[in-house]
Amino acid sequence: MSIPRIAIDGVTKYYGQTLVLDEVSLDVAPHEVVCLIGASGSGKSTLLRCINRLVDFDHGEIRLDGISVEDAQFGHTGLQKRIGIVFQSYNLFPHMSVLDNITLAPRKVHKIAREAAEARARELLGLFGMAEHALSYPEQLSGGQQQRVAIMRSLATRPEVLLLDEVTAALDPELIGEVLRIIRQLKDEGMTMVIVTHEMGFARDVADSVCFLEGGRILERGDPKTMFAAPQNERTEKFLQRIIEAGRL
Amino acid sequence: MSAMPAAPEGTPPDGAAARRPLPPRPRNEWRAAVRPAIISLVSIVIVFGGLALWITSSAQWPRVQLQFFNLDAMIAAFPRVLQGFWVSMRIWLTALLCIGLWALVLAVVRSLRSPWFTPFRLMVVVYIDIFRGIPVLLLVLLFGFGIPALNLPGLPNSGLFWGSVAMVLSYSAYVAEIYRSGIDAVHEGQWAAAKSLGLSEWQTMIYAVLPQALRNVLPALMNIVVALQKDVALLSVIGVRDAVREAQIYTAQTFNYSSLVVAAGLFLLATIPMARLADYVTRKDRERRLQRAG
Ligand SMILES: Nc1ncnc2c1ncn2[C@@H]1O[C@H](COP(=O)(O)OP(=O)(O)OP(=O)(O)O)[C@@H](O)[C@H]1O
Ligand SMILES: [Mg+2]
Repeated sequence: MSIPRIAIDGVTKYYGQTLVLDEVSLDVAPHEVVCLIGASGSGKSTLLRCINRLVDFDHGEIRLDGISVEDAQFGHTGLQKRIGIVFQSYNLFPHMSVLDNITLAPRKVHKIAREAAEARARELLGLFGMAEHALSYPEQLSGGQQQRVAIMRSLATRPEVLLLDEVTAALDPELIGEVLRIIRQLKDEGMTMVIVTHEMGFARDVADSVCFLEGGRILERGDPKTMFAAPQNERTEKFLQRIIEAGRL
Repeated sequence: MSAMPAAPEGTPPDGAAARRPLPPRPRNEWRAAVRPAIISLVSIVIVFGGLALWITSSAQWPRVQLQFFNLDAMIAAFPRVLQGFWVSMRIWLTALLCIGLWALVLAVVRSLRSPWFTPFRLMVVVYIDIFRGIPVLLLVLLFGFGIPALNLPGLPNSGLFWGSVAMVLSYSAYVAEIYRSGIDAVHEGQWAAAKSLGLSEWQTMIYAVLPQALRNVLPALMNIVVALQKDVALLSVIGVRDAVREAQIYTAQTFNYSSLVVAAGLFLLATIPMARLADYVTRKDRERRLQRAG
């Protein structure tokens, strides 16, 4: 068996005295799409943020292609180049145009020439149907468009892994589709993704496997269709039951 | 029942299609615009005219006029007061530049989070406490008289220089706090986004945070700019020949205060447009925020 793209190995994380992740282990194969589901506060965002070291964890190890993310060889920016993350609230830089948002990291962090960085940005904009918005500012765009820009920004350095944290949660229902379509497109191109989502229909559709988190532990992992139809763990069953009652599955 | 306008003849009861909205009420535009203006004008003439009459008809008025509004004295004092005022404005502009930059350095150092910067952060905290806690006037006296008296080798010896340094040090403490409030107001998500893109803390500050922070605090900075414009007059106490000093010299020679009134007029000429500009910037900023929120 080949080594996983991401190997999470017994990761434990505290915020102060609060245990947030409790010996979480999870392997993600190259080109695999894993969805994390679970109630609010179960530690999904924290797990994502540990993978690209936005936050540090207390115990355990996370490896990217077999090399610990804490290894010195990644330096300050090597990991960020290879793992992109997109947030629920977009977090675009409001004072920069779409083009500048996308090219900031390639130019300033990875020292790519402006022409090359902009060429890459325009390629992405074209790919995601936003070519005419290159010079717009974030506040001139709809939520769905802003989130698409955020995705492009994280793709600018051609990462191998993309982490998505509830990227449609802040969007109006009619704008969710356009963002989900892009994620599906990325899956078809073979992007490895870890996705936190409350869109169960989408998870069932796009995920190769689904993990259910509760209290900082992964209680169940499985193929989405099997798991949604017949969850093994009673906690998963309860959670899915609530989701169904809320009309989201 | 709400007061619905009666549907015109021949409209179906649900009649959205045929319904026409009521026309605007006819108004006499000209009268509506001019009448309030005329009333204001008349009212102004009555009130201010009455006040002027009352003041100038009082028994003390000729003495007041002679002491403060003596036209001959004003004309005589004007050239030197103007020259002093020019000095004031030059000090103002120079100090402004220095304060803007030095305060920015202080604020950035204080806002950086890396543990390596801890000693520098501490220094800035102490600096701000000290220079915000001492009256500017006291600092101007200390620096403007004290340091030249030391005759330090290799350093300028003028009161003007050291007095200005005191102003800069003092004002920077305030302005640094304003900058910092702007930096703190930048959303945490901006730091997370920048970090996730691989930007160093320093790059995050320069490219992502500071541009937003400066925009946030522009109105507050404008008010400081106006305050400083007046406070440069403090330097007159250490003998800097600014507008106030020149006016005082004239007063001392002639026992007439009209020169001081000239100086006051010159300051007003400078500060009122600046204050209006500050108001304008503040209003624009509020509109921008409302727009973003809406
Ligand atoms: N910066 C922080 N400081 C302290 N505690 C935190 C911090 N961030 C998260 N937590 C705590 O860690 C726990 C897990 O948070 P996390 O954001 O990972 O949950 P989540 O599963 O993503 O929830 P949600 O679905 O609401 O986003 C929560 O109890 C939360 O209160
Ligand atoms: Mg979360």
